[in-house]
Amino acid sequence: MANTRQSSSAGEIGAWDMFMYRLSRWIKSPTPYLMLVGFALFFGAWFLLSEVFKVWRFASLPGPRQVLIEWFNPNPVYGMSLYTPDFYVHIWSSMRRVLYAFLISTALGVPFGLFLGWSRVFREYTFPVFEMLRPIPVLAWVPLAIVMFKGDETPVIFLTTLASFYATALNTMLGVQSIDEAYPRAAACLGASKWQIFRHIVVPGALPFIFTGLQISVGVAWFSLVAAEMVSGEYGLGYLILASYVNVQYVVIIIGMISVGIVGYASSALVRLAGDYMMQWRVRELALGGGR
Amino acid sequence: MNARNQSATKGAIRIEHVDKVYHAREGEVQAVADCSLDIRPGEICMIVGPSGCGKTTLLNAIAGFHDITGGAIYLDGEMLCGPDRPKADPGPDRVVVFQNGALFPWKTNLENVAFGPVVQGKMGQKEAAEKARGMMADAGLAGVEHNYPGEVSSGMRRRVEIVRALMNDPKVLLLDEPFRALDSLTKSVMHEALLEIYYKNKVTIFFITHDLEEAIFLGHRVAIMTTRPCRPKKILEVDIPHPRNYSVLTSPRFRELMEETVSAVHEEAVKAFEAGEKEM
Repeated sequence: MANTRQSSSAGEIGAWDMFMYRLSRWIKSPTPYLMLVGFALFFGAWFLLSEVFKVWRFASLPGPRQVLIEWFNPNPVYGMSLYTPDFYVHIWSSMRRVLYAFLISTALGVPFGLFLGWSRVFREYTFPVFEMLRPIPVLAWVPLAIVMFKGDETPVIFLTTLASFYATALNTMLGVQSIDEAYPRAAACLGASKWQIFRHIVVPGALPFIFTGLQISVGVAWFSLVAAEMVSGEYGLGYLILASYVNVQYVVIIIGMISVGIVGYASSALVRLAGDYMMQWRVRELALGGGR
Repeated sequence: MNARNQSATKGAIRIEHVDKVYHAREGEVQAVADCSLDIRPGEICMIVGPSGCGKTTLLNAIAGFHDITGGAIYLDGEMLCGPDRPKADPGPDRVVVFQNGALFPWKTNLENVAFGPVVQGKMGQKEAAEKARGMMADAGLAGVEHNYPGEVSSGMRRRVEIVRALMNDPKVLLLDEPFRALDSLTKSVMHEALLEIYYKNKVTIFFITHDLEEAIFLGHRVAIMTTRPCRPKKILEVDIPHPRNYSVLTSPRFRELMEETVSAVHEEAVKAFEAGEKEM
């Protein structure tokens, strides 16, 4: 057949082409412009409330203009801006902790969740304990973390890992449970062993939920990190926020908060990108469906 | 060319006095009772009955997804399940094609088709891919090997799934209303495609449906089942010679057979409706 070659190469769309295709669709869609409008409304409202009309309690908040001026100031009033190396040290310490915590919680949470979903016996042993520990807030663990782990870094990483582990494990378990019963049955019909079913069906079948879990997990890691850093450590965005509170430097608090927001947003976007890369089948289905 | 003669050696299913009782909340439900049916090697046996009559229960027992509570099922004289072993092991000699399709969406069509021989350790990746490519081309599926199932039409998906089953040289194909979700035009194309595949591959087909036209068009025999408990009420020999194509549908003999089936099935459908049974 003359067209076999052509159509089979059409089947092999590369990840890069897929990315460019989606990017061009994204730019042509209303999404990016709505996003800009959303940001404009948010910052505009903040600006009007705090700096222009000075409405009631908002008057005591620093406005966005004030924050921006300080942030881009080569000689910052409170010693913290894009031009001071300290700012990057804070960001980098936080990022490193989140990275460690995220890697640990993924390495533990994904297998744990897979077994929770896969083995009923395992679930019956462990799930109730898991569910009892899960609602305990990270802050409640602080004293124990300090007693259990040596140094400044490890307790913070432990606290950060904790909440993201729950998110990853729980979503992974739900992912396994969401798999259509027909898939493992079909695999068994085709001669797959139990272990092969686990590898070829359970793991890839749970992947969409796993990545939802990882996106939640990386977000949760950021907010538990900030809480943990308020307790221990001498660097990090959480520490910066607390220290600025003590020193009554509200502008710096907001610089710290926005920084957490931006880095957190970027890290969950990275996780989403990794998910798309690992789940080409899903990306292509969505692209075909004309999806979101 | 008579496909049944070519393949008269393997794939005989003997269903002997099979019972299946479910323990539901409202008590025991007899899904299948004293059901006996002999399926000849290489034949297309259509199992017809109203929704929820228990025909899928029978298929699940043959496939090894569920146990039976009485009787026995043999494949080529070997017991699949019976008094000592209520549940058969699923295996590549009896491959199921599912109602809603069970191609693995995370594998390409080619990987799906090659899956069986690879996991069984019968072939290496390369060899299996080579054979899969050939079989897909035979079934008119050249060009979609590297697409994911989600990227091709539902009719194509069904064909890929049937080819995936045939890759294992099964003795029996178990089809559970595989074309139910297709529109009627696609369905008619699939019927001819299935027959074409069948004429090339010697295999027994156990085909569940509640579409009478489908049953008579495809089957050598049509077994009309009673509803709850499920057992054959009437077995109809379809004496229209194979190979068949869609012109059969307008033949007078086809109409006669339809009439014969309709009244038998209708009675059961009314009973099922009155009992208000849900799909199991």
